[in-house]
Amino acid sequence: MALAKRIIPCLDVDNGRVVKGVNFVDIRDAGDPVEVAARYNREGADEITFLDITASSDNRETTVHMVEAIASEVFIPLTVGGGIRKVEDIRTMLNAGADKVAINTAAIHNPELVREAAEYYGSQCIVVAIDAKKVSKEGEPDRWDIFTHGGRNDTGIDAVEWAKKMAEYGAGELLVTSMDKDGTKSGFNIPLTKAITDAVNIPVIASGGVGTLQHLADGVLKAGADAVLAASIFHFNEYTVGEAKQFMADQGIEVRI
Amino acid sequence: MIAVIDYSMGNLHSVHKALQHVTDEKVVITSSPDDILKADRVVFPGQGAALDCMSELHKHELVDVITEVSLSKPFLGVCMGMQVLMEHSVEGGGVDCIGKYKGTVQHFTDHIGATDAAGNRLKIPQMGWNQIKHTQDHPLWKGIEDNARFYFVHSYFVAPEDKSIVSGETEFGISYPSAIAKDNVFAIQAHPEKSADDGLQLLKNFTNWNGQP
Repeated sequence: MALAKRIIPCLDVDNGRVVKGVNFVDIRDAGDPVEVAARYNREGADEITFLDITASSDNRETTVHMVEAIASEVFIPLTVGGGIRKVEDIRTMLNAGADKVAINTAAIHNPELVREAAEYYGSQCIVVAIDAKKVSKEGEPDRWDIFTHGGRNDTGIDAVEWAKKMAEYGAGELLVTSMDKDGTKSGFNIPLTKAITDAVNIPVIASGGVGTLQHLADGVLKAGADAVLAASIFHFNEYTVGEAKQFMADQGIEVRI
Repeated sequence: MIAVIDYSMGNLHSVHKALQHVTDEKVVITSSPDDILKADRVVFPGQGAALDCMSELHKHELVDVITEVSLSKPFLGVCMGMQVLMEHSVEGGGVDCIGKYKGTVQHFTDHIGATDAAGNRLKIPQMGWNQIKHTQDHPLWKGIEDNARFYFVHSYFVAPEDKSIVSGETEFGISYPSAIAKDNVFAIQAHPEKSADDGLQLLKNFTNWNGQP
């Protein structure tokens, strides 16, 4: 009997619809977010992460309403990310029914936001999202930088150092996405995820690249992640969350079934 | 009417929405002593730090109100709303709490190592789904299997002196009390409002509970 490893379906939402890009382009429509979230809840998802990728901030209202609608029907933890820039944005999302917010680019521009938010709302609701991409050359030791703008801009910040800093600043959890792997269905970036789980003592969610159930299990068994996040394998009904859990349980991973 | 006590400590919308989902009874989020005293049943939620929690309760003049309603009405403490029922918490250098039950609130790091016996890393806060073993029967466990998983987020746990009030236990490096119950009070460390069907069942049981153990 121990704490279960979590499976977290992720909804990338653009203008009110669930979408999933391959390497952040080529968007496919995967449905109404409230319906999709309710289905994952029925299938036994441990949490739901909702990333608002709507480019225009004019449509933020739509997102708030959607969070409200999901939170009225889905009684598992809900994390909302995308466009969280200031403490007021965090308040808005928590009031709408989110349990946690994921802060990404804003933390890079203003790391104090993480400290301030954690002090005010508690670390338990502050997730720092880290989008990392390999920058080391062939033959060099692995090194990853934090990237912004869907993987186009290198900030020059080392991902592992950044993870440690965000944990010190009060992040309650880290959502680590490999920009090299995201959308490729070739599995998590194990060395990146492991480097971060080894470096911090807060929960780490592995993200980016899941194409099979073995990939999910590997995130726990090989990278030491506390939770695994996936989008497209669940959206397009390749697997249910229940099947994913059974597969992980069969490999000896403690899950909630 | 069900009163959810609001004392500016965190997000009460989840608790409110989850209660509304399981009952037709009116559910109000309130910091008004009158409303709380008038209510048929009371939910005392909370998150954040014990020191802030106690100072907000004092500021809102709610300590006596909570003491009073916890003597009579069906009363549900959740997370921090369970911890501050103890006498004292070690959090933030030590803080005196409501003191309904003899005992303290302890930090995990003073009691557990970096891993459990099976080698699982124990990261603090404990965040996620863990099991609750029923150590005694209670109307609020009705329809919930022994060792069902609930959603937890916490770094501290209660250590009541009177072990007979422990209603559920959870393992996280050690076995600790994750639910207590006595007379008309039930309190739980996990978040039933975020614990899917089992959590909703517990809330539904609470809304149907007559306050008898």
